Amino acid sequence: MHRKQHQHLAGLTILGLAIVVLAGCGGGAGGGPATLNWFVATQPGGTIQEVAKRCGDQSNGRYTIDVQLLPTDASQQREQLVRRLAANDSSVDLIGMDVIWTAEFANAGWIKEWPAAQARQVTKGVFPSVIETASFDGKLYGAPFNSNTQLLWYRKDLVQKPPKTWDQMISAAEKLPKAGKIQVQASKYEGFTVWVNAMIESAGGKILSGPESVALPEKPTEEGLTPMGKLADSSAAATNISTSDEDTARLGFEDGSSAFMLNYTFAYASAKENAPDIAKNMGFARFPQVTPGRPSKPPLGGFNIGVGSYSDHQSEAFDAAACVSNTKSQLTATELDGLPPSNERLYRSKVVRTAYPGFAQLVKHSIEDAAPRPQTPAYQDVSLAVQSALQPPSKIDPDDPTPAYDDLRSKVEDAVKRKGLL
Amino acid sequence: MEATTAARPQGTSERTRSERRLGWMLCAPAVIAMLLVTAYPIAYAFVLSLQNLDLRFPDESGWAGLSNYQTVLTSSLWWQDVGNTVLIMVISVAIELALGMAIALVMYRAIFGRSVVRTSVLIPYGIVTVVAAFAWQFAFAPDTGFVNPALGTDKAWFGGHVSSLAVIIFAEVWKTTPFMALLLLAGLTTIDEGLYEAAKVDGANATQRFFRITLPLMKPAILVALLFRTLDAFRIFDNIFIMTRGAFDTESVSILGYNQLISRTNLGLGSAVSVLIFICVLIIAFAFVRLLGVRMAEGRPGG
Repeated sequence: MHRKQHQHLAGLTILGLAIVVLAGCGGGAGGGPATLNWFVATQPGGTIQEVAKRCGDQSNGRYTIDVQLLPTDASQQREQLVRRLAANDSSVDLIGMDVIWTAEFANAGWIKEWPAAQARQVTKGVFPSVIETASFDGKLYGAPFNSNTQLLWYRKDLVQKPPKTWDQMISAAEKLPKAGKIQVQASKYEGFTVWVNAMIESAGGKILSGPESVALPEKPTEEGLTPMGKLADSSAAATNISTSDEDTARLGFEDGSSAFMLNYTFAYASAKENAPDIAKNMGFARFPQVTPGRPSKPPLGGFNIGVGSYSDHQSEAFDAAACVSNTKSQLTATELDGLPPSNERLYRSKVVRTAYPGFAQLVKHSIEDAAPRPQTPAYQDVSLAVQSALQPPSKIDPDDPTPAYDDLRSKVEDAVKRKGLL
Repeated sequence: MEATTAARPQGTSERTRSERRLGWMLCAPAVIAMLLVTAYPIAYAFVLSLQNLDLRFPDESGWAGLSNYQTVLTSSLWWQDVGNTVLIMVISVAIELALGMAIALVMYRAIFGRSVVRTSVLIPYGIVTVVAAFAWQFAFAPDTGFVNPALGTDKAWFGGHVSSLAVIIFAEVWKTTPFMALLLLAGLTTIDEGLYEAAKVDGANATQRFFRITLPLMKPAILVALLFRTLDAFRIFDNIFIMTRGAFDTESVSILGYNQLISRTNLGLGSAVSVLIFICVLIIAFAFVRLLGVRMAEGRPGG
């Protein structure tokens, strides 16, 4: 009796284990089109699904594209991808890469360099600033898809002429009894690094001069940081400035409490839908200057399409990446999700002019002159260092920005060498 | 009955041995699973913590000795985060103990609707921490939350060190007090009602009964509840991650570990942080078990 029960039990246990093990290695090879997985951040307008389907249909049965949606938050997108890529996951065929990941992914060998002929094809007509974000060490690692930039949005009913500089904007906002807020992104996240980089670059400085060398010239850096500290101390700062992101900025503008907002192009479509009265009076201008007379360098965002190094279908993946990022796909992204194209020739098209009524050329010039964030394999460390040194912006004393500067410099120096805790 | 008794002298060793073997075989899957899921990762984390290993820089890996530990222990950030974590732990567990005791007494004394009271008290504990953290973050949002209108202020709760910590501790207390109350309730039910009656006859009032009977007899239950919650609170992550992401120096040691391991993919440094957190947890656990052992022995003759 006992023995039989043991055997029975042991048999059951082994059977159970076998099922678990077998279930783990499902799937299998088959004929027909290759299935490519495209890991990409979701776009609410449906761009991703639309271009994935179109490219699959046009491939003459060579491949179909399966969209694997990533979270909306850039850091979380990266964390999920890095986990897969570091584990040599062969299911990662196409990657929608944020402009700041190129150096890290390329240096680690997680993404493939583009073959010369196809590289020429996918960069034809693309803004040089955008090509820079898709390259590392002089080689192209991503096909530019959509770009993005921030504009200064203001209320035409409250402000006659848009301010040219940060100082003008802050004093103009302080004079408005109601709606005197300026909306920015200053929570402890990547968006804050975007702001810091644009400020330092607009003052004529730079965070890094090479993948592992710190630039941060003292005078321009301090000049760039001063308006940030000034805004944080001012009555023009939103109450939630230290937890603000793109969405709280948009909400703060749409609820009528703010005369100014720095934000991406989606803010216009959003206001038109959620706050038509505000949208009616919504003016737009270029990112304000830091040093009067020196043209500003607006923030640069966007996505490039990379091909995973561990993919089993690389030649199909390159073709698919070229297709999902071609001019037609870029216009789909503009039409459905309001995302600016990375190809400068598209800015005369009707689709772009309809999406950005009156400001298509402003967006174009803004991207042309934009300052990419530092290109370094240790970007994540550099960004964390910037955030821990300067966030919340009230840490910056506008009358004496030197302590903040010193802290920034020492933290960034440790970060590029990847020393210490962050 | 008699037949089995008679058969025993001969069958004992055979049967005991086979039963013992069966026992081991039944335990084996659990023991192996425990080794796989706990011992192996802990050992692996320790091995990783002795290496230079950054997934982004595969060419630079190698043995590092104790240098990762040196980096962590000499960093002001680590000590600041330990300070934050201990502060959050001490304040939240103290409040939870007081509140939990009150709720446990109410649950114990509830005459009607006992099950309704007990179930409803447990609701916060049943909510996923991340969801609760988001809910309180929205509630404390300066423009759109309900807390500011209710208090008549327009405070930016997440705009300062003290107020951020206060909200984090509040959310933590709200979430886990029911758990504390449940553990304390279990302790309450073990006290013999007769003791209270005897005390009443002797003329002891409610306060005296609470301090002279309830508290001393509940010491073991209180210590167990404190141990669980202290270990839990030391590893606080979700609330901080959702509410501030560590801004305004509200970082806990778990957030620090997350930043090194997941964001920077620096497995060496991150594992060193994890191992140090594990050691801290061990120290807390040993301290409590020490205390617990003493108290239980102390309580025995009286109880």
